Parts: sequence; C-alpha cells; structure tokens
Amino acid sequence: MSEPILEMRRVSKSFFSIKALRDVDLTVYAGEIHALMGENGAGKSTLMKILSGAYRPDPGSEIRIDGQPVQISGPLGGRAAGIAIIYQELSLAPNLSVAENIYLGREVSRGGLLAREAMQAGAGPILARLGADFTPQTQVANLSMGQRQLVEIARALHARSRILIMDEPTTALSAGESERLFALIRQLRAEGLAIIYISHRMDEVYALGDRVTVLRDGTLVGSLDKPDIRADAIVRMMVGRDISSFYKKEHDLKARPGAPVLAAVDIADHRRVKGCSLTVHAGEVVGLAGLVGAGRTELAHLIIGAVPMISGHVEIEGRAVRIRTPAEALDAGIAYLTEDRKALGLFLDMSCLDNINLAVLGRDAKFGGILDRDKARDRAKRAFAALGIRAANVGVAAGGLSGGNQQKVLLSRLLAIGPKILILDEPTRGVDVGAKSEIYSIIDNLAKSGTAVLVISSDLPEIIGICDRVIVMRAGQIAGQIRRDATSPLSQEEIMALATGTEQLDA
Amino acid sequence: MPENGAITKAAPAASGGAAAQETKRQRTRMIIRAVGMLPVLLLLCIGFHVLSDGRFFTGQNIGIVVQQSAVNTVLAAGMTFVILTGGIDLSVGSILAASAMAGLIVSKFPDLGPLWLPAAVLTGAVFGILNGALIALLRLPPFIVTLGSLTAVRGAARLLGADTTVFNPSIPYAFIGNGAVTLIPGVVSIPWLWVIALLVILVSWLVLKRTVLGVHIYAVGGNESAARLAGIKVWAVLIFVYAVSGLLAGLGGAMQAARLYAANGLQLGQSYELDAITAVILGGTSFVGGIGSIWGTLVGALIIAVLSNGLILIGVSDVWQYVIKGLVIIGAVALDRYRLQGSART
Repeated sequence: MSEPILEMRRVSKSFFSIKALRDVDLTVYAGEIHALMGENGAGKSTLMKILSGAYRPDPGSEIRIDGQPVQISGPLGGRAAGIAIIYQELSLAPNLSVAENIYLGREVSRGGLLAREAMQAGAGPILARLGADFTPQTQVANLSMGQRQLVEIARALHARSRILIMDEPTTALSAGESERLFALIRQLRAEGLAIIYISHRMDEVYALGDRVTVLRDGTLVGSLDKPDIRADAIVRMMVGRDISSFYKKEHDLKARPGAPVLAAVDIADHRRVKGCSLTVHAGEVVGLAGLVGAGRTELAHLIIGAVPMISGHVEIEGRAVRIRTPAEALDAGIAYLTEDRKALGLFLDMSCLDNINLAVLGRDAKFGGILDRDKARDRAKRAFAALGIRAANVGVAAGGLSGGNQQKVLLSRLLAIGPKILILDEPTRGVDVGAKSEIYSIIDNLAKSGTAVLVISSDLPEIIGICDRVIVMRAGQIAGQIRRDATSPLSQEEIMALATGTEQLDA
Repeated sequence: MPENGAITKAAPAASGGAAAQETKRQRTRMIIRAVGMLPVLLLLCIGFHVLSDGRFFTGQNIGIVVQQSAVNTVLAAGMTFVILTGGIDLSVGSILAASAMAGLIVSKFPDLGPLWLPAAVLTGAVFGILNGALIALLRLPPFIVTLGSLTAVRGAARLLGADTTVFNPSIPYAFIGNGAVTLIPGVVSIPWLWVIALLVILVSWLVLKRTVLGVHIYAVGGNESAARLAGIKVWAVLIFVYAVSGLLAGLGGAMQAARLYAANGLQLGQSYELDAITAVILGGTSFVGGIGSIWGTLVGALIIAVLSNGLILIGVSDVWQYVIKGLVIIGAVALDRYRLQGSART
C-alpha cells in the first residue's frame, strides 16, 4: 500500500449557488475496501457521480489516478480511468443475455456481424472467477438480484476496472446472497482492486471495511482505520450528535395484546406463497422477517388484493372479508406501504399535497366529487408538522424530496385513511438515520393508539427494535414465530435460523 | 432524484434559502409550463398580420380562425383527458363522422328531429365507452384499440348513410353551426361554435382541477401501478376518459353537422385525430401522461388554426402547408421531451 490508486483533493461541486460537496479529500489504495458512509444527501452520490464522469467537479478540484491528474468526463471517461460503478438500481438490459450485457458497448464483431460465440467464450472465465452458477447464454431477466449483481461486477472486471464503486449493493439481496457478495468483494480486494463501498448498514461496514470515510452535509468529517471502526463512533460522525437509541426504541411490552384484527388464513398463490396463516392483534407490531424471495411482499400483495388469491381468505375482526382489489382492502381498513415507493407508491410529478390526500379525496369531497381544497391543505400541513417532513411547502412535487421525506409523504397518505391495519413493507429502505428513528416512533405511536401493524423488513435490528412478535417466512411458508417477552428479547440468531432453515447460523 | 436530495441537505444552515430557491425554480417551471406556447401563438398572430399586410387581425378573419378551431378544440379537450392518463385516442375523427351521420339521420324523422343533437353526442359516448371498456377491462393497448376503432367506426359511419351524403337543409338548431351570439350589436359577436368550445374547455378544467376524478386522472397517468395500490379504480378512470373523448367527438360531429347541414361518412373528420393530438402536445401535456393542462390545449388548438389560416392568408401553397404542419407536430414532440427533462420524473 505505498502509492494510492485514487486521490481526490479539495473536490467541490456546486449546483447553482448550492454546494453539494465542499473540499472533500479521499484517498483510496489498491487492495483495500474503503467504506463511504453518511446520511442520505451527505454527498456520497455526488462524489460517486464525479468519479463516474456524470458530473464535472468545480474548478480547483483535483483527481489523481496512480499519481497522474485526470479529467473524467462522460461515462466513457470513468471507464477509461478504470473506474466502474455498480449501481443501486442495476443497469442491465434484462432482455439480453449475460454475455451480451458484459460486452454491452464493447461488442465483438467479425466482418460486421456480432460474434456471439466469441463473447460467450470471453465471458465464461470471468463468470467462473466470480463463482457464478449460470452460463453466459442465460437471459438476465431470469436471474435473481444477486446473480445480476455478479453480471455487473463481471462487466466491470471485463472492462479492466481497478476501482470498483458499490452503492448499497446488498439492498436487494437476501442474507445468503449478501454473504456470497462479501466473500467475492474480499476476493477482489486480494486481487488488488480498490473497492469503494457505500452503505447505510453498520454491520456490513464492520464486516468489510478496511477504512471508513464519513461525509456529512457535503463535507468530509473524517476517516477511521480498521482498529478504530466502531458503530457509535461512525454514527456520531454521521449525524454530528449523539443518538443513544440508534436502532432500539424503548418498547412498552403489552401485558396482553388486544383482539385479533387481521387474520390471514391459509393464503396461497401456489407460486411464491404456499399456504400462510398469520394473525395481528390490535395495538401489536408484528414483524414479518425472512430472506429476500421468501414471499413476504407477495403475501402482503395477496392480503391487500393487489394479486388474486388462489386459496385462503382474510378475516378482519373475526369476520371473513372478500378483498379483490387494493381499493377493497382500503375499504376494509387495510393500508399498505409499498417497498418500492418510486415505482408503486408516490406520484413523483404531483405535489406533496395531492400525494398525501390521494386516498381520502373521495371521503373529503363536497357534493359527491368536488375537491375540498382547504381540508386537503390543512391535512397536508398537519402531516408535514406531525411527521417532520422537510420541504419548502406542501405544493412542491414529491419527486424533488429526499428519500426519507418521500417515505414520510407516502406514510402520511396511509395515516390519513386512519387504517385499522397497517402493513409496512421495508418502511425505512433508503431512508437516512434521522428519518428512520422518526418513522420508528410513528409506528410505535400507531400501535399505542390501537392500530395493528405488520412490518416487513430485511433489517433484523429494525425488526428486533420495533416488533412485539416476529413471524418468519421461508420459501413461501411460515417457518415459525418468536414472541418477545420480559425475560428473552428477540434475537437475531433465532430469526436467521428460522429464515435460513438451519439450526446453526454462520456469522 | 438524489441530486435534489443532496442539494437540499447539503447546507442546512442555508436550507431556508435553498428551499426557497427550489420553490422558485419549481414555480418558474410551472409558469413556463402553464404559459407554454402562448408566446408562440402571439408571435404567430403578429407575424402573419405583418406578412399578410394587415389582413390577419380583422374582425372577420379572427371570426374565421375561432370558428375553424372550435371543433378541433372540442376534440382536443377530450384528447387531453386521454393523454393525461398516458393513453391515446386515434378514433375521434371516425367517431365524429359516425356521430354526425347518426345525428343527421335522426334529424330527418319528423317527430324526432330536435333529438338529433343528443343522438349525435350519445353515439360518440357509446363508441368512447366501447374503446374504454376494451382498454380498461381487457387490458389492450390504447393505440391498438383506437387504431382498430379508427377503421371500424369509419366503416360504421359509411354504413349509416349507405355510403352516401345525408343532407338536411332544415336541421333543427342549425344556429349552433353558423349563428353567433351578439355581445355588442354590430361590433362584437361570438360564433356559437366558439362558445361551445370555450364551455367545453371550462367544464374540462373544472373536472380536471376541481374534482376527485380529476386528481385520479393525473394519478393514473403519473403512475398507474401506484394509483392501483392507492385504491384508485383505474379501470373506471380509463373508461371515463375514453367516454369523454368519444362524447366530445360526438359533440364535434354535431357541430360539424349543424354547420354543413350535411354529413358524409367517408370524408367527414378524416385525420382530425392528428390535429387534436397535435393541439394537446403543443399545449404542454406530456405524451407519457400525468402532466398537462386544458388551457394549454386551447392554446395548442388556436396555434393550429392560426397556422392554417395564416399560411393561406400569405399564400403558401396547399402542399407546403402540409409540410409545415407536419414539422410543427415533430417540433411539438421534441418540446415534450425537452420539458420532461425538467420534471421530477427520471
């Protein structure tokens, strides 16, 4: 580790008069995993976009690769400098094969014709090196998220990239896939690549990071070397204040839960969900844990009628109800927060006002359909105050808000309905630390006021922190449930054991 | 949009200023979108006035322009509803013809004569509902469905009159086609066609901006999956917008029938759908749905009418009029793309 492979000196980036990055220094060595942390909006994405060539840094900024100053401009510039980014939202063409994706933009041709065989032959060794269990001919649409990530990495290796930037690579991965990815990242480190690893998740940074650099509000807070990496230190650097209760919230254990409100009885679509039953009581927060692909979101979609149920039924307050559409679910008192707020939740071009009021417009309307605009404005303003939504005013488009604020806008829409049952699917995905704890206290308050809450989450500390009881799914079925009581708190190991189906959990 | 997140979070000390700037930028964007092509319309008018040696801004010529734009305005209003949901209605020209035929045939029955107007409008609505049902319930692509009905309804229009032109010189309510409302006797009068068009725009605006249904239309166009999960009956919204488009095409047919005292299933309303779509896109409504306003559509329809009228005034040949109007359509779509870049959608 003598010469740094990448040096960034006094890198700044302004958008109009606003500085998104201010004099940031970053030094990365070959053969190290450099974790980059910071709340949403701390400047990680901006920094990354500068490295990829999507943004041009302000004058005075300096980037050196192998000691040589470089100008990175355009996506090809990043690639030419040996920098590859594995994006949060994967950038593969699902309709093409693995080999075609790896060679995308650098196709091999012979006499003007695509040399498919040559490309497949070239992709093979790289995939083998990554330990891929699929062939170059496979269509990407048929791959899991973890496998697609391998394809992205293979593409980077094929382009002979030496600096790999990974942006929250485990967001869409199951625990098993994440473990395999970690092993691969370590392998790449051993091969001498420099890896910049962007993550919100402390455990990953713990497991992987050789060094951690923390950004806050566009400035460099500092770096920690391996021996100094400690969760509380990083969190303090990230938020700039002490958060004593980072994950855990004080929790009042219910002496006895209320009456059962939601009961799903033997629900199945016979594909992803194979006969699941669960009950949620009034005032109870129930976690639905499991690996990605275990069928949790699919089960929620069956319950709310987004996908037709093949067998089974739903009971609300002891009465069987027939729910065929999300609209009927809302009528029955079930509100669902989607895990994919941009694709399935928000209307990005519409104002926060409309987004918040959308589900109750009909109820508020005068003369059977005329908007009550005063009521809507009041409601949106109250939601802004109650949930601490930070935006200039209720009229701005939801698409311009940060992830945490978008999630709160979406949550406000559900809360406006006043549901009996709230199903939250990954409620804090892509949300910064501050907003996370605010969302936790919202969930807690809802439960206190008698709402039955079902939380789907892949974040085990989150589930343990906020749930009274955890139901674990595995391969489309309920694997078991764990109840919190005064003597034994919920344990991560127990949940993982149920989720993976193994008694022993390998760390 | 991570960049925006980064910007608003970047400087908490100045976040008030940043937020204010963000609102200001959004407001500017909204004004640009709302005003949209209005400056272009005014420039065209002035340009044609100069080029035609002052023959554009005369009472008579303006009367002709608004009269000519009236039917297209009505069609384009319906088209706005459809395009706001991210759909398209290619069948409005054919529906207009079929409705006019139905209206004229009813008008020739001695006892039913006055009922020809509701008959025409109703015919349009029925075809529109059929379009909507196929799109919303069978989940067929709007382009394909309305392309099919473009042809099928044209055939129906010809069948109605046994492929001949139907005349009725004594059609009731003929005044809506050729009469005018006199505001100041001898000075200002407004053609009935134009009054109807403005009323249609006004009612459309009320529906889109002041009703629950209106918000639902924008929501379906902005994000159909999210709309479904939010409990919006997407199928009902879709049937509604195609029904409105059909109904207004029916009204357009009635307006044409009253103006011509005649209808011909083969020729009437040929390629009117293109003018209607052009007006909507010129008016700033996004082709992918979710963004747009009815006032923009009015401006768009006026631009088309001014363009046709002005090109004739300055003596551009018929052939070149086609070329120029075609380029305007492409330019409008290019504008649409450009506008989308500035929106929250990525």
